[in-house]
Amino acid sequence: MEKSEYLDLYRQMVVIRRMEERSAELYQAGKIGGFLHLYIGQEAVSTGLVSARRADDNVITAYRDHGVAYNVGISAGAIMAELLGKATGISKGKGGSMHLADAEKFFWGGHAIVGAHIPVAAGLALADVYMENDAITICMMGDGATNIGFFHEGVNMAKVWNLPVLWVVENNQYGMGTAVDRASAVSEMTQKAAGYGMKAERADGMDLFNVREVAGRMIEEIRGGGGPQLLEILTYRFRGHSMGDPERYRKQEEVHKWQEEDPIGIFRKKGIEQGLASEEELNEQDDLAEKEVEEAVHFAETSPEPAPEELYTEVYAEPLE
Amino acid sequence: MARITMREAISQALWEEMERDPNIFIMGEEVGVWGGTYAVTKGFYDHFGGKRVRDTPIAEAAIVGAAVGAAMKGLKPVAEIMTINFAFVAFEQIVNEMPKFHYMFGGQFNVPVVVRTVSGGGRQLGATHSQTPDAIFAHFPGLVVVAPGTPADAKGMLKSALRTKNPVLFIEHATLYQTRGEVPEGDYVVPLGKSTVQRPGSDVTIVTYSKMLEISLKAADQLAKEGIEAEIVDLRSLRPLDMGPVIESFKKTNRAVIVEEGWPSYGVGAEVSARIYEQAFDYVDAPIKRVAQAEVPLPYNRTLEQMAIPKVDDVIKAVKEVL
Repeated sequence: MEKSEYLDLYRQMVVIRRMEERSAELYQAGKIGGFLHLYIGQEAVSTGLVSARRADDNVITAYRDHGVAYNVGISAGAIMAELLGKATGISKGKGGSMHLADAEKFFWGGHAIVGAHIPVAAGLALADVYMENDAITICMMGDGATNIGFFHEGVNMAKVWNLPVLWVVENNQYGMGTAVDRASAVSEMTQKAAGYGMKAERADGMDLFNVREVAGRMIEEIRGGGGPQLLEILTYRFRGHSMGDPERYRKQEEVHKWQEEDPIGIFRKKGIEQGLASEEELNEQDDLAEKEVEEAVHFAETSPEPAPEELYTEVYAEPLE
Repeated sequence: MARITMREAISQALWEEMERDPNIFIMGEEVGVWGGTYAVTKGFYDHFGGKRVRDTPIAEAAIVGAAVGAAMKGLKPVAEIMTINFAFVAFEQIVNEMPKFHYMFGGQFNVPVVVRTVSGGGRQLGATHSQTPDAIFAHFPGLVVVAPGTPADAKGMLKSALRTKNPVLFIEHATLYQTRGEVPEGDYVVPLGKSTVQRPGSDVTIVTYSKMLEISLKAADQLAKEGIEAEIVDLRSLRPLDMGPVIESFKKTNRAVIVEEGWPSYGVGAEVSARIYEQAFDYVDAPIKRVAQAEVPLPYNRTLEQMAIPKVDDVIKAVKEVL
């Protein structure tokens, strides 16, 4: 990995971390409404995945979407503004935390109904095949989504049609508060791939280098016409499912154990060991990230509310007769 | 002008639009090799090939969901759902994805999917296969829901559906495929969201759509023999609902009967009558009547099933009650 890219990926993870911490504060201050699902602990997953894609490869995910939204290139300001429901938000304040997207960045959302975006991902890939593009589709989902019917329908269809999709299961051990082994017939998500005749791999999601390496290899195989594959990424969310989660379902010792495996810390340590950057250079990135997030919060807070007439715009894509 | 069946009219619209626009493709159960369970896409697979006429697994959520994804990327998918009863398995995609993505993502994506499906009872298929739940889908802003009742409208409205950027639920009727009518050849387009007067009259306004248009026209012919002239307004589109011709007619007749095949509770008749009361209360000379399906799951037995579905006599009776 080039030094410049290493520093950029490090900064991206720190921006996401700081953005999530500031979001939690703004939520508690009543400035963010609805649900807020933080990505803290999982930063290496989306950052590693997106760094392995080609710019026109599609990315689609579920509702824990702030991190990946930043990785694909949406500015922290446009994300923050969306969380605050402002007119300058990436979805004009109409989507909220769970519905970030950017068509120009080939990022197709932010989807809040568990698993419902899985068939949509198959459709994105089908469109690329139809138009003879060699782009692939990265569809991220939580472990919980593999238990819903949409998963079966979408994954089966994609395999039948040999569509270029990388199914990424972010296994953070819990579907809301229900542990994987209490909800899934098999505890390893890779076992599910076998039922569809798909190649599958498991990766450590706390190590960005690992995520990027495995995803990059699978993406190239898929782009080469090998059909869909499934990548299970083991990770952990350090915070609750959403704000207001009493976390009765897991012990603090477990959380603390995982927090020792902090993805940012690991990436930092490895980078220094490999001579990719010095402590000072990384501290500098920390400061840049801090500044970027503070500017984003300022931008969001000082941005205008959507105009009242926005209520009725964009209900339809073109006027009805 | 040729006199062709509803099936031929729908097929013609699809064929002509697919010849015109290479981004249009069809996906659904048995649409390809089989030729369509209602034979609408017969011959399409051989002509357009498997890329544009795509047989799918029996997986409605994936059919509509994949159509949504392909549409977001700029294609124009026609997702065929064999009957509207199966649309419930894709309810998420039809009501939570098709109508919401454009708005919810601040206008970034268009979802110009056309879902073609088939509604209606009367064929002894039992409770789960015989429903007319059109009104349920018309509840959702962002979706266009149409249900033409004549071959000409079917052709013209399907062409419009295949040209709009909006998502459309295009509802055909199981027992109308053999119905014949005059259909203009070539590029014939009927706008979506426009109701129309199918029969002029001065004594009573009958508001209806789809299969019930046929029933209402027969009732009107019989009523005419008794000197009662019914004006029939065909809604054609349930969302957006064009009340213009309904109100205009009602202001003339001051009496209305609304005929729908589905259940009356929270239905098309409920909506239309509420709007008449809201928009033309001063013109009301008699309580508005609704003719609709008996509020039961449709039974298999032929006699019982026929008792449940509105018939010509029911319409005549209702008209006489409002006169």
